[in-house]
Amino acid sequence: MYRTDMYEGMLAETVVIPGVDEELINAYFARPMGAGPFPGMVVVHHLPGWDEWYRETTRKFAHHGYAALSPNLYFRTGHGTPENIAAKVRADGGVPDEQVVGDLRGALQYLKGLPYINGKVGIFGTCSGGRHAYLAACQVEGFDAVVDCWGGRVVMPPESLTTSFPVAPIDYTSQLSCPILGLFGEEDTSPSPEQVVQHEAELKKYGKTYKFHMYPGAGHGFFYYHRPNYRQQQAVEGWDKIFSFLDRYLNGK
Amino acid sequence: MCTMIAERVEIEGSGKGNDGWITISQANVSYDHPFNAPLEHALNIDFVNEALGFDARVAVELSAQSARSLIETIQNVLEQAETEGHL
Repeated sequence: MYRTDMYEGMLAETVVIPGVDEELINAYFARPMGAGPFPGMVVVHHLPGWDEWYRETTRKFAHHGYAALSPNLYFRTGHGTPENIAAKVRADGGVPDEQVVGDLRGALQYLKGLPYINGKVGIFGTCSGGRHAYLAACQVEGFDAVVDCWGGRVVMPPESLTTSFPVAPIDYTSQLSCPILGLFGEEDTSPSPEQVVQHEAELKKYGKTYKFHMYPGAGHGFFYYHRPNYRQQQAVEGWDKIFSFLDRYLNGK
Repeated sequence: MCTMIAERVEIEGSGKGNDGWITISQANVSYDHPFNAPLEHALNIDFVNEALGFDARVAVELSAQSARSLIETIQNVLEQAETEGHL
């Protein structure tokens, strides 16, 4: 909890990290000043790309005491405005799951290797980033908490599986290695409330530690203050739930 | 990607982008989150020329109803042009 007599400082900058197959990609990194130790957070951007909202969110985690790293999952597409790069990725049908998971593994290893990390690292994502965060938490050993905000396509019908998306994330649930917090909107269509219930049932089936919240009056992306889907009350409550959850699993509070 | 509903089509024409007119060679059509339109999902069309780089893009984001109206209007105009012997 911030107090008015506390020192506060932050370092935020673009860095280079190893991604899948040790190939270098860029990432946005924000951390509190000081010796730490700080828990780490991997911040996984959404469909609209590695954009301003994600830079702000990365700094928000740093403001709350986390060393936060947001890898550019669209690095290999090329460089331009975040929107033009995201539009190209959309036209290409997205980035393959295996590549994303490899990049997120690299982000985890980067954070774990820093001298001021307390040994705990979580992962957060919204929209496609929520789906990617869940995939990584299931497939990569070493995450201590995952926050999935309205990740679509966790549940996928067999006909939508492709070489880039060969397995529905829900089918990796038995491998989930950390507690999960899920935030969803009742008016969302991707994921629909029925899909969220299906996901929850799978977590229960495998005895996972989970907490899902379904918000009435909210749809997809209700944290995005620059979009019409923003819902002030649900967003404030949702952020509170995120930081309480992370405090418990990454800070031992 | 939340819907993954996207297709591309080769086209011929021109579009006016940030830096003036560009030759358009492809349209990328999707139904997914828009960047700007105040909608959860939109019919998005990116008119692009990939040979000219990522900035060679003219984008529109339409409501589903607007997109259907546009299709109908384009068809009507083309039929009229055909009827009058211009095609």
